[in-house]
Amino acid sequence: MTLLVTALVTGLGLGAMYGLIALGFQITYSVCSRVNFAQGSIVMLGAVLGYVLTQRAGLPVIVAYPLALAGCALMGMLVELLLVRPFANRGSEAWLMATVAGGILLDNAVLFTFGNEPRSLPSPLVGQTWQILGTGVYPQQLLIPVVAVGLAVALHVLFRKTRQGRALLAVVQNPEAARLMGINTTAMISGSFALSAVLAGVAGLLIAPLFSVHSDMGTLFGIKAFAVAILGGMTSASGVMLAGFIYGLVEALVTTYLGSSYTYIAVFALLIVVLAAKPNGLFGRAALRKV
Amino acid sequence: MPRRLPLTRRTLLAGATALGLATAFPATAQDGPIKIGLVAALSGQSAKSGEAITRGITLAMDKINAEGGVMGRQLELVSRDDESNPGKGLVAARELVQREGVAALIGGLDTPVSLAIVPFANEAKVPFMGPWAAGTPITMNGAEENYVFRVSAVDEIVDEAITEYLVSKYGAKKPGMILINNPWGESNEKGLMKALEKRGMEHAGIEKFENNDVDVVPQLTRLKENGADGLFLVANVAPSAQVVKSLDKMGWDVPVASHWGPAGGRFTELAGDSGEKVHFIQTFLFDSAEHPLYMKLTEKFPEVESLADVTPATGIGNAYDATLLLAAAIEAAGSTEGPAIREAMYTITGVEGVIKTYDTPFTPENHDALGPNDYIMSQFVKGEIIPIAD
Repeated sequence: MTLLVTALVTGLGLGAMYGLIALGFQITYSVCSRVNFAQGSIVMLGAVLGYVLTQRAGLPVIVAYPLALAGCALMGMLVELLLVRPFANRGSEAWLMATVAGGILLDNAVLFTFGNEPRSLPSPLVGQTWQILGTGVYPQQLLIPVVAVGLAVALHVLFRKTRQGRALLAVVQNPEAARLMGINTTAMISGSFALSAVLAGVAGLLIAPLFSVHSDMGTLFGIKAFAVAILGGMTSASGVMLAGFIYGLVEALVTTYLGSSYTYIAVFALLIVVLAAKPNGLFGRAALRKV
Repeated sequence: MPRRLPLTRRTLLAGATALGLATAFPATAQDGPIKIGLVAALSGQSAKSGEAITRGITLAMDKINAEGGVMGRQLELVSRDDESNPGKGLVAARELVQREGVAALIGGLDTPVSLAIVPFANEAKVPFMGPWAAGTPITMNGAEENYVFRVSAVDEIVDEAITEYLVSKYGAKKPGMILINNPWGESNEKGLMKALEKRGMEHAGIEKFENNDVDVVPQLTRLKENGADGLFLVANVAPSAQVVKSLDKMGWDVPVASHWGPAGGRFTELAGDSGEKVHFIQTFLFDSAEHPLYMKLTEKFPEVESLADVTPATGIGNAYDATLLLAAAIEAAGSTEGPAIREAMYTITGVEGVIKTYDTPFTPENHDALGPNDYIMSQFVKGEIIPIAD
């Protein structure tokens, strides 16, 4: 019983985290069929900026975290401007490698400026544990799914109910027509990269107190989140979020019942099987080729 | 305006001759300094280890040079960065031996890098001294003429020591292992199994985790359910901290005996107060700010302001003693030729290091100067590493 509860708690917490980062992939993919492979590094950037602004500059969280997220948004826009747009404009797929390189560049820039020593970002929600069905949980662990699901819902509302959101969807459906209708598609695409980076930053700030802050903390998250985005099908926010939970739960259940030696083998084998059976992911729709 | 040097055949020839001379007879300059090569991580995640080793060697060389050097010649350190990459380490070692003509090599923190250099050192007949990397096969490499020596911990002996610690101090009967998923973790898995088998003990499971795992609760819960009454921990500082946080969450108060990973950084900042419960091995530590070597260190390197700035001191102490032993062997050999130095290694006695006084530290069968009696079980208290009182 304890084993099962432990696995569920761990799985939901990690799953929400993967889902949140994967949402970032989904947003830009929906808008312009491209993704920022530096997403994992932006998770790290959010955590590092959060650490530097609160611990070194001594700013209160209420000021520091929005600033950190603004920094992430700026980085997202820079990635789009410098590493995606120049290639996309020429119809090249080299943005793929360019964003990977951008992530490595960012990791190393942080390594040299922030230092190579892992540091700890304190949070009042870590330290005291709550007992749930015989297993201990930090409140911070419960905050992650709450924030992640909240943001997924907010995004859904943004896309469906607001003018800007509908404009984004118009860009998704037909960029040419959208431009003719007076929608600034360039700004919309730039905005989608900024939004995607903010989600990564939120994930970084949420995970940092449970983890440690260092320059390569985001790499593995970025890879797993991309797997989650593919698993969820890239096209729907709720699908990606659900896929995050499924991935996190499978990972935790495999580790708990089969042992950690099998975690990656089992999880990624399962991923391949799912994609073989459902090439568009669990919740994705086949993309219509527009000629 | 400076005139461009005309590129005549004569200058070319002169340049080529000079270059040829420099590479062909690197070690024949009898009156110049004796060069010692260092291949360690000077950048990247492990850069702090390279810094510690450099400081230890520098202090030892200062002492030796102030006392007249070795065979009347000064010692000089030539450093190369291996970036924790075995390929780069091997290239750097070759370059140091073949171009710089170093009399001996000193290695760094990373076992894989040292393992890459070992066959080259044995083949080139250049003594290779390890002040940190603990991998068992570095010194026990099976070469007929073994040129690799070490002043550091050895995984297999560490595993024996932490097993003994859990058994004798906590009466552990069925400990579990939580190990980092890399060759270092594997090397210790073998060593721990050997130590347990020797005692006819069973274990509660062998669990692996990754450097970037946030939550290790599932692995630890498995060990707990299997009845673990003690834990062996092998991982670097950040992942070790994740294990402690997960133990905290579970509310599981279990004795933890660890390899020296937690010493590599600000462990209690990362792990919280419970980090103090982890007991780990060290070969050297500054017992106070009045330690003579620490005082020399602050004098030479003004950026060192407190003991917390030099964690782990192990790298400094090991490198200091390793350099003294190397110098003693060269002096005894009366030569900078590798085979002569290697033979002399077996004869040195009475070398006063900071870890201990070395009387015949090396024999043809044993190339490790430190043994289980030299290990100190330690813990963090208020951010500093202190030995555990019995």
